[in-house]
Amino acid sequence: MCQTCGCALPDHLQHASSEHDVHTVAVLEGLKAHNDAAAGHNRAHFDRAGLLVVNLMSSPGAGKTRLLEATIEALGGRHRLAVIEGDLETENDARRIRAKGVPAVQITTGSACHLDATMVHRALHALPLEDLDILFIENVGNLVCPASFDLGQHASVTLLSTPEGDDKPLKYPVMFRQSDLVLITKADLLPVLDDFEVAAVEAHMRRLASPAPVLALSSRTGPLDAWLAWLETGLAERRRHVFRPAPDGERLLTRPGAPYHAPDHAQDHPLDSSRSPAP
Amino acid sequence: MREPRDVHELSLCRSLIRQAARVAAEHGAPRIRRLCVRIGPLSGVEVALMREAFPLASRDTPAEGARLEIATAPVRVHCPRCAQETEARVNDLTCPRCGDWQTRLTGGDELLLVSVDLAASAIESPTPSNP
Ligand SMILES: Nc1nc2c(ncn2[C@@H]2O[C@H](COP(=O)(O)OP(=O)(O)OP(=O)(O)O)[C@@H](O)[C@H]2O)c(=O)[nH]1
Ligand SMILES: [Mg+2]
Ligand SMILES: [Zn+2]
Ligand SMILES: [Zn+2]
Repeated sequence: MCQTCGCALPDHLQHASSEHDVHTVAVLEGLKAHNDAAAGHNRAHFDRAGLLVVNLMSSPGAGKTRLLEATIEALGGRHRLAVIEGDLETENDARRIRAKGVPAVQITTGSACHLDATMVHRALHALPLEDLDILFIENVGNLVCPASFDLGQHASVTLLSTPEGDDKPLKYPVMFRQSDLVLITKADLLPVLDDFEVAAVEAHMRRLASPAPVLALSSRTGPLDAWLAWLETGLAERRRHVFRPAPDGERLLTRPGAPYHAPDHAQDHPLDSSRSPAP
Repeated sequence: MREPRDVHELSLCRSLIRQAARVAAEHGAPRIRRLCVRIGPLSGVEVALMREAFPLASRDTPAEGARLEIATAPVRVHCPRCAQETEARVNDLTCPRCGDWQTRLTGGDELLLVSVDLAASAIESPTPSNP
């Protein structure tokens, strides 16, 4: 151990004598603390509005936008939907959603590899949360980076398209073990793929100690029944939470019409001001 | 190969430095000499990319030139059936003893700033960690 400062460094000699005043401070703080706080704030917004928020993640092109298009059609106006689009390079996905008559907010942050809670916070204030039932967040197509950032969603859904192969949960355990549902997409291609086993995906999920259900569907041919049923269950669950008896002094529930924040709070919000601009 | 500016390790590295700089400011220390971090393989952070991102993220901050020490945490699971905790693998979290899959992760997803070494004086220019 270094006699000068008490550090455990083998190369302690680099401590110059002028640095005898170096001292260690224990911190023990999570590096995601900032994002987690922002995510908690988003979740408070969502819970107050009583809507279900679903984070869709997958590798690029696995069918997130196509699933949303098919879902919008299949629900046929049964629920009030909106989409936050994390397609960072183009407006294409947002345009596709709007073409179906559903509001879509595009997050534009250049070439980021994931969405974070602060980006979602800015986007959510562009939406009439109180008038929505389900908000989908289409994350950036990437099976690695989005897994590390809670956005405030109630459920994470990972799409795995059949051409990608059934071994992906084992190759991307961080993403898949955090998923509440795995959707095997492009199931219409199963007949031409000789080595994709839906059962194998399920077995891999259990190997990750995850109880998440695994559903296979095709956005091209349907049916989407199992997926829609999962959404309905999630929505019913949300509503049960919102309409629970309000404990005394719970301001959010006793003043149902009051905005959670001033409408302009996104500008001077602590979540935003503590976010340092990219160099 | 992912470029440093395109990976989430860069944003997490910025969080790390922001947190360390706040501790330094609280102690009135102008410079950070060392940051000790603990990272589990299931945190979603690649240690090598974190190291790569550090020089860029720390530029023009009190942590510029500081040493980044990363300790990796083992993946551990608790099996309720065996009432035991064991080491597991990143993509096999089943109980190594009884094979049951209904385990609970007890270690391996950490992403922690453990400690910082602060220098009270800014007399000496710091040794660059990356030449
Ligand atoms: N055969 C078949 N093709 C599909 C299905 N779902 C999506 N596709 C096709 O796959 C391609 C990519 O679909 P998108 O919905 O744009 O994928 P995405 O995940 O939103 O892609 P990014 O946003 O770029 O990551 C398109 O050509 C879709 O038509 C499906 O169920 N079956
Ligand atoms: Mg898309
Ligand atoms: Zn807010
Ligand atoms: Zn066991």
